[in-house]
Amino acid sequence: MTPNKSPTQKRELRVRPIENGTVIDHIKAGQSLNVLRILGIPDSSEDVVSVVINASGEHGKKDVVKIENRELNVREVDKITLIAPNAVINIIRHFDVFEKKHVVIPQNIEGVVRCINPNCISNSSEPVTSKFTVTSAKGKIVLQCKYCERVITENIADRLL
Amino acid sequence: MTFKDLNIISMKDFSRDTIDHILNTAEKLEPVARGLEKSDLLDGKVLSLLFFEPSTRTRMSFETAMIRLGGRVLNLGSVEASSIAKGESLADTIRVVEGYSDAIVLRHPKEGSAQMASELVSVPIINAGDGAGHHPTQTFLDLYTIRQESHLDGVKIAIAGDLKYGRTVHSLCYALSLYGAEITLVSPKELRLPDEIIYDLKKRNIKVTQTDSIEEAIRNIEVLYVTRIQKERFPDPAEYNKVASNLLITPQLLEKADPKLKIMHPLPRINEIDPRVDDTDHACYFNQSFYGVPVRMALLALVMGVLE
Ligand SMILES: Nc1ncnc2c1ncn2[C@@H]1O[C@H](COP(=O)(O)OP(=O)(O)O)[C@@H](O)[C@H]1O
Ligand SMILES: [Zn+2]
Repeated sequence: MTPNKSPTQKRELRVRPIENGTVIDHIKAGQSLNVLRILGIPDSSEDVVSVVINASGEHGKKDVVKIENRELNVREVDKITLIAPNAVINIIRHFDVFEKKHVVIPQNIEGVVRCINPNCISNSSEPVTSKFTVTSAKGKIVLQCKYCERVITENIADRLL
Repeated sequence: MTFKDLNIISMKDFSRDTIDHILNTAEKLEPVARGLEKSDLLDGKVLSLLFFEPSTRTRMSFETAMIRLGGRVLNLGSVEASSIAKGESLADTIRVVEGYSDAIVLRHPKEGSAQMASELVSVPIINAGDGAGHHPTQTFLDLYTIRQESHLDGVKIAIAGDLKYGRTVHSLCYALSLYGAEITLVSPKELRLPDEIIYDLKKRNIKVTQTDSIEEAIRNIEVLYVTRIQKERFPDPAEYNKVASNLLITPQLLEKADPKLKIMHPLPRINEIDPRVDDTDHACYFNQSFYGVPVRMALLALVMGVLE
């Protein structure tokens, strides 16, 4: 990460700078709408949100989501990690980047994703929370159900609970 | 490793050393399983059998294993006559039954049910089949059969039939990979072993060959493991008949085999093996089903903590 602003980033900032809030940067291109869905935007929020789709980043295209007056909780960050494992979460205070956190892929997730196997006990009426182990291979997230051992690699965003 | 209170859920939880220990224990208990010696190892212990799906061999061999070791068995009985019919969840049933038992054997139609059960109770859970998932005690008895009737280390084995849906086959392949087996897979294209499993085996440096010809496979193997091909898998009965007759094991076919070749089948068989094969030295499927008894005795004695 270079401290110098590249021209693209300057252009991004043409979106009104935010005073306080969160910038989720380096989202895998195309995933920003899923990030909004995870954050319950706009249904559960009054805050102003701006989205940049297909910005050029250092490693190809990326999306950026900027939310005013909101900091994310751990569960939200876990979900974002699954669909955008390279995301960087910037907390903005008084117009400056106050804290910058690279998301960390959790080893296990509970109650975050629904298993793809319709016959899995975690998809039944039994009182059981879905559990997956998380690994990543070549930047791709691989989830394995702790109950039926089925593996999920595609369209994780559609399986979020 | 201590076995007391260990759950038996999936073969993947077991190392080769652990499997060897279980098979050695089974061998020591074999005279008791045959009724030649008496044992009161599990005197005072209670085993509950919760079968939410039909079973003959697995259920009866657990019962006899428990009885031979001096223990008692409680049966859920038919699902229709139990509170399950009133809508009681598995989670509640299992916690109630925990209070009556020293170990629970569970067969349930949903994948992952045994894992869930093991998270809810502290008595050991033995998975006797969770839907299309695992059936580890079958794999233990298959390994034991191969060891007693042939040899396990580096065994040249062909597995024939429905390799796609057969859950016993997937666990067996995994376990055989721990013993450096050479595996030939014999099946019609529609019923081949899933690619992930083959990939997994090759990653473990296991020699795997695929063929649809049983004649080709029979020449150079020590064990032939035959599985049932379910008619329901084929929309067209003519197609089923063709596939089934291509894989049929007959005395003529066996003329091309090693005289020491052993034939296994998890049973029930429909018509995969010609009954005339039963009287040859090749047939060991009835021994195989008997071996379920010493193997399950060993597992019960180990998880209930009366043997180390
Ligand atoms: N006050 C602000 N309002 C809106 N976006 C901002 C603000 N400050 C920084 N950003 C954005 O947050 C992200 C991270 O900023 P910065 O740490 O400066 O860049 P980088 O992480 O690329 O080194 C960038 O996308 C930048 O455009
Ligand atoms: Zn599952």
